[in-house]
Amino acid sequence: MNNNHNSGHAIDNSNEHADAHGHGHDDGHIAVAHHPSYGVNILVWIGLLSLTAITVAVAGINLGSLALTVALMIALVKSMFVINFFMHLKFENKVFKIFIGICMLTFIIVLILTFFDLTFRY
Amino acid sequence: MSYNTDTSNQEIQEMVIHRDDFGSKMGMWLFLFTEILLFGGLFILYAGYRYIYPEGFAAAATELDVLLGTINTIILLTSSLTVVLAIVALQKNNKKLSLFFLWVTVICGLVFLVNKYFEWGAKFHHGIYPKGPALQEMSEGEVMYFGLYYVMTGLHGLHIVIGLAFIGFVMWQIHKDVQTSTNFQKLENSGLYWHLVDIIWIFLFPLFYLIH
Amino acid sequence: MANETIAVAPKTAEVDFYNVRGKRTGLLSWLITIDHKRIGILYLISVVFFFLVAMIIGVFMRLEMLSPGETFMKAQTYNSLFTLHGVIMIFLFIIPAIPAVFGNFFLPIMLGAQDVQFPKLNLLSWYLYIIGGAIAIFSLFQDGGIVDTGWTFYVPYSIRTTTNVSLSVFAAFVLGFATILTGLNFITTIHRLRCKGMTWFRMPLFAWALYATSWIQVLATPVIGITLVLIILERAFGIGIFDPALGGDPLLYQHMFWIYSHPAVYIMILPAMGVVSEIIPTFSKKAIFGYVPIAISSLAIALVGYLVWGHHMFSSGISDTSRVIFSLLTFFVALPSGIKIFNWVATLYKGSIEVTAPMLYVLLFIFIFSIGGLTGLILGALNTDIHLTDTYFVVAHFHYVMFGGMGIIWFASLHYWFPKMFGKMYNEKIAKVAAYWIAIGFNLLYFPMFIMGYMGMPRRYYDYLPEFQPYHVASTIGSWILVSGILIMYINLINGLRNGKKASDNPWGGTTLEWTIASPPPMENFYVLPEVTTGPYDHTHIHGQEEKK
Repeated sequence: MNNNHNSGHAIDNSNEHADAHGHGHDDGHIAVAHHPSYGVNILVWIGLLSLTAITVAVAGINLGSLALTVALMIALVKSMFVINFFMHLKFENKVFKIFIGICMLTFIIVLILTFFDLTFRY
Repeated sequence: MSYNTDTSNQEIQEMVIHRDDFGSKMGMWLFLFTEILLFGGLFILYAGYRYIYPEGFAAAATELDVLLGTINTIILLTSSLTVVLAIVALQKNNKKLSLFFLWVTVICGLVFLVNKYFEWGAKFHHGIYPKGPALQEMSEGEVMYFGLYYVMTGLHGLHIVIGLAFIGFVMWQIHKDVQTSTNFQKLENSGLYWHLVDIIWIFLFPLFYLIH
Repeated sequence: MANETIAVAPKTAEVDFYNVRGKRTGLLSWLITIDHKRIGILYLISVVFFFLVAMIIGVFMRLEMLSPGETFMKAQTYNSLFTLHGVIMIFLFIIPAIPAVFGNFFLPIMLGAQDVQFPKLNLLSWYLYIIGGAIAIFSLFQDGGIVDTGWTFYVPYSIRTTTNVSLSVFAAFVLGFATILTGLNFITTIHRLRCKGMTWFRMPLFAWALYATSWIQVLATPVIGITLVLIILERAFGIGIFDPALGGDPLLYQHMFWIYSHPAVYIMILPAMGVVSEIIPTFSKKAIFGYVPIAISSLAIALVGYLVWGHHMFSSGISDTSRVIFSLLTFFVALPSGIKIFNWVATLYKGSIEVTAPMLYVLLFIFIFSIGGLTGLILGALNTDIHLTDTYFVVAHFHYVMFGGMGIIWFASLHYWFPKMFGKMYNEKIAKVAAYWIAIGFNLLYFPMFIMGYMGMPRRYYDYLPEFQPYHVASTIGSWILVSGILIMYINLINGLRNGKKASDNPWGGTTLEWTIASPPPMENFYVLPEVTTGPYDHTHIHGQEEKK
């Protein structure tokens, strides 16, 4: 079997190679759709709309200091739906999940350390 | 092992420069991280100033129209759905349906921008803008709120424009059968970018519109 | 083994990437190239140009400081000069140089690949670099005057001054974009294009260093991007986000600025440390000691580097709690660097050491960088920092780590990879004389600054008390020695380009993949994609050296 191109043997690859005609088998070079479905996505969308309704409704209730936390939690759940289903992360190779973890960890660390200054100064 | 020694430079280049959809997707995700940190800096500033000026932020937020914000949220969520449906359609080799869903996405994006135009316009009309007459009368917290409001929603709007351009480009590629049912990574990538723009709004909405 | 080799190109015999047959000749072919080696050379020329500009500015600064008060320039001019010196050195030299020149040129080859993952994006990065540099130069000639805020652009002065802050800051923004794209390219390249058999732990340590650096580039640069944009918006529209007169908090600006600019110093030093990890095994003729700790320490430095930025703000007015926390975290960041130094020295132990010019620079680096690192600990301790911050002690410290760290290894890299990039050898004797000359000049220039700073000489001050003058004079003389040494070094290299002896594939006995191909390499890098079966520092079979065994 001829292999006319670089094959990265990264931790994120399976060991299958593309054949001579370039049809990949899950080494990722050629993306292959896995059972695409309209239905699941529409369900997710309905979930997102519901959460939007909830967050607007909850904002009307006086929760005091908890209000911000609740709003952010709902926003977080909505974005998890978008990331995992619409952006397909749930079904992607582990490396993407690690990547986004690194990104969010960086952001959170920076936020927390900044607040060590603010909370003790104001 | 074999190759043809008669192969021209051109053919060799084509053999060598092959498609790597996984790598392409990885590149796009990394680019999205830069966008997350770009807005992230603004979210950190928002968090800081909201902590410093809680009453100012609450007072300023009353100037915003919750209904319009909610409608815009629904518009963007729907546009995210249609982008995904466009990908599914293309994967199922339904080129027409795919393009239809992408048109819906584009229209959603444009309506969002129009709404934003009216929102900003209303504030300008009331003198609520940097160095504007109404803002000069407001407290420091309110000034910070509106500074962040304009920068964050403005930057977000700019990213909607970029996302629309990206989607428009991919629509052209689908139309020309460059993106197909077996070659759709660029469409996916443009979808990823669009979803990020949606996620940013998912956070902007409660933080600016739903403070009570 | 034979039926698994992968041929990708016909053997083009005597042709290298400078002289490719067919259409790819002439200046235009260079300006639209997507070949990583050519892009590396384009960066080389650009980076050296900007370095020399900033160096000359430094010479003029030191001339002015020969005597207290006005020596030959106005205070305003001096402020602009130190601002430019910092902006150009940091954004146009120290941050991009090693990754964009040597990373671009050698990362794909070291991985056994034919190019980076996104070659066209690579060319875009270079154009963004050039555009950023051009905007910076353009800003010098606009009405308003040359920017005078210091490279840190602190508010509120940067909002109030009439000088060309917006343009300069926009230049830095564009340059940041170039950095981001390079980082993105390298991460993907390392994940996707390692050749057959090259697992993560068989990659050269330079690749590990570039990987860690690239993550910082991708995640930290956008933060300064948005901060600089806010400065521009502030100046243009009076938004108020950092303006204390409108309720803004200037310390939040400093936080945002240093959240990038501290990790930025690790962008500067990590690639240099990666080069050290390549040069030492080559000239000790043995494998690196502690490959895994060195590789992981690069990632550790990248991570911990995000946690310490507050040590630039100890006297700015931030809370005591955060000062203590940042000071503690600052001490932690020294640990992974210490791990590297220990492993490098352990590699030298019982090695067969050959002191060539690159190796000499590396040995000087270990000494000089250690001084810089240790004085960093002094500055990281809260109690000593209160006295030393904003004095010449800090100026000495960061020149020891940035110049004595990255700068010296930049020189080392030029010599180490010179034969491979250009196919010629430079004059080794003159190179070593230049290296010693540079080391003497460097220490005479910067060591007195430690003493001055300790005695209380403030930084960025144009005027000073007479008791500091002897130190300033010594320092200025040091600058002349240093600059003359640098010029000798560059002239020697240029001479090697024109008249040097032809270089073999592997003049140093290196073990990484770039030493298995021709000097200079062919356009395609490899005629047959390599397959590796050992780690990168296996000295048992060295290409081109079999005859010696």
